[in-house]
Amino acid sequence: MPDITVVLPSVLQPLAGGQSYLTTPADGAVTVESLLDAVTGDYPVLARRIRDETGSLRRYVNIYVNGEEVRRLKGLDTEVAAGQEVLIIQSVAGG
Amino acid sequence: MGFMATAESYVLAIGTKKGLWLARSTDRKEWSLSGPHFLMSEIPSIGIDTRGDNPRIMVGVRSEHWGPTVAHSDDLGATWTEPEQGAIKFPEGTDAALERIWQIYPDSASRPGVVWAGCEPISVWKSTDGGEHFELNRGLWDHPHRSEWGAGYGGAAAHSIVVNPSGENVHVAMSTGGVYRSLDGGASWEARNKGIQVRFMPDPYPEFGQCVHKIAADAAVEGRLYAQNHHGVYRTDDNGENWISIADGLPADFGFVMLTHPRREGTAWVIPIKADSERIPPDGRLAVHRTDDAGESWKRLDVGLPDHEYNAVLRDAAAVDSAEPTGVYFGTRGGSVYASADEGESFIEVASHLPDVLCIRAAVVSGDVAAELAAAAATSGIPA
Repeated sequence: MPDITVVLPSVLQPLAGGQSYLTTPADGAVTVESLLDAVTGDYPVLARRIRDETGSLRRYVNIYVNGEEVRRLKGLDTEVAAGQEVLIIQSVAGG
Repeated sequence: MGFMATAESYVLAIGTKKGLWLARSTDRKEWSLSGPHFLMSEIPSIGIDTRGDNPRIMVGVRSEHWGPTVAHSDDLGATWTEPEQGAIKFPEGTDAALERIWQIYPDSASRPGVVWAGCEPISVWKSTDGGEHFELNRGLWDHPHRSEWGAGYGGAAAHSIVVNPSGENVHVAMSTGGVYRSLDGGASWEARNKGIQVRFMPDPYPEFGQCVHKIAADAAVEGRLYAQNHHGVYRTDDNGENWISIADGLPADFGFVMLTHPRREGTAWVIPIKADSERIPPDGRLAVHRTDDAGESWKRLDVGLPDHEYNAVLRDAAAVDSAEPTGVYFGTRGGSVYASADEGESFIEVASHLPDVLCIRAAVVSGDVAAELAAAAATSGIPA
């Protein structure tokens, strides 16, 4: 079964046991939401860094699927095909 | 067996826009600074709980990217712990998400383990396990006024929590909304702003909607509290039923800070800012003002402070310790931190050129505890 890979920014990697990416098996397309549920299930602090308690993506966290930021697609309902790679990148914020 | 210091030592926690610094001193004259912890996260709230065997430092942390969380340290900052599921989390059904922790308030020694938090969106929380897990106060969250509470410039927050010795009377101040009081330990709440003026609404004396910047209780007089308002400095002697102005004698009635003495009746400190529209110390001359008669008169205190200072001091960027004489501490938005070991009569600069100071808390810890923790950190290889 092909994997879907989620690539983490370096600042979040300590919250995933030092891993630079997380994978989950997928035999078909899954939504970004269910993908995040799957890969962060063992890492609750990491999960809270990416989404708030309502499940919303934090404002300055961007997720890219096929090079497109998911807010320009269907948000967390955006589908990810098996074998694809998903990037989590912090956006520009702060002073 | 070697010599073991038993004298008290002092911890000063400095929360800034870009991290936490900790200062330590054995005499409140010489301070050693360490940090930053949580670099690039703001630290708008700190609570130092000295009720247990070991002091616990709790911090509200907020990353612009990664959101807010509460962390605590039981070894004076050598290591930090964050509850996996988060200490403060809005329950399902509220459709709200935590934005910022504005206040962490350890309750009295008679209620060990109880810690209160005030947050944005406007909400009050209570922990009974020393700040590791908090529960939303539903009485205030479900208050019919909530939809009319607004955001001040810094956000909509419950930023002050004051609990009386019996635990029955709880006062909360919020910007904007004003003062709310509970007489049943936090189960139900009523607005208590009679006498507090607003200048930004058509009705200058509304039931609620005030922008109260900070409240603090008189430690020796039950039912007496002081308030620094968005213009206006007030006192109540009847648990908030009536507020009277105590601004006469101050160079300005605007400001953010309100501190009270940990034991003595009638002593409070403010740090005036010129005006809402001119947020600098009056004439660019930074000074603390202290009353020893519950606001009847004020004494200007500026020995050791700079000749010119154009940065404001924010509501929680000031604190007292519990020593005798009481220490007074504050930090500016320009990143300077000042400490007084004599109730404000004279100050020294503890730190300068830090990021904007958002929160200051100070505590006295026993020399034994400090030495043991430092030794433990040294042997474990953890940087102290």
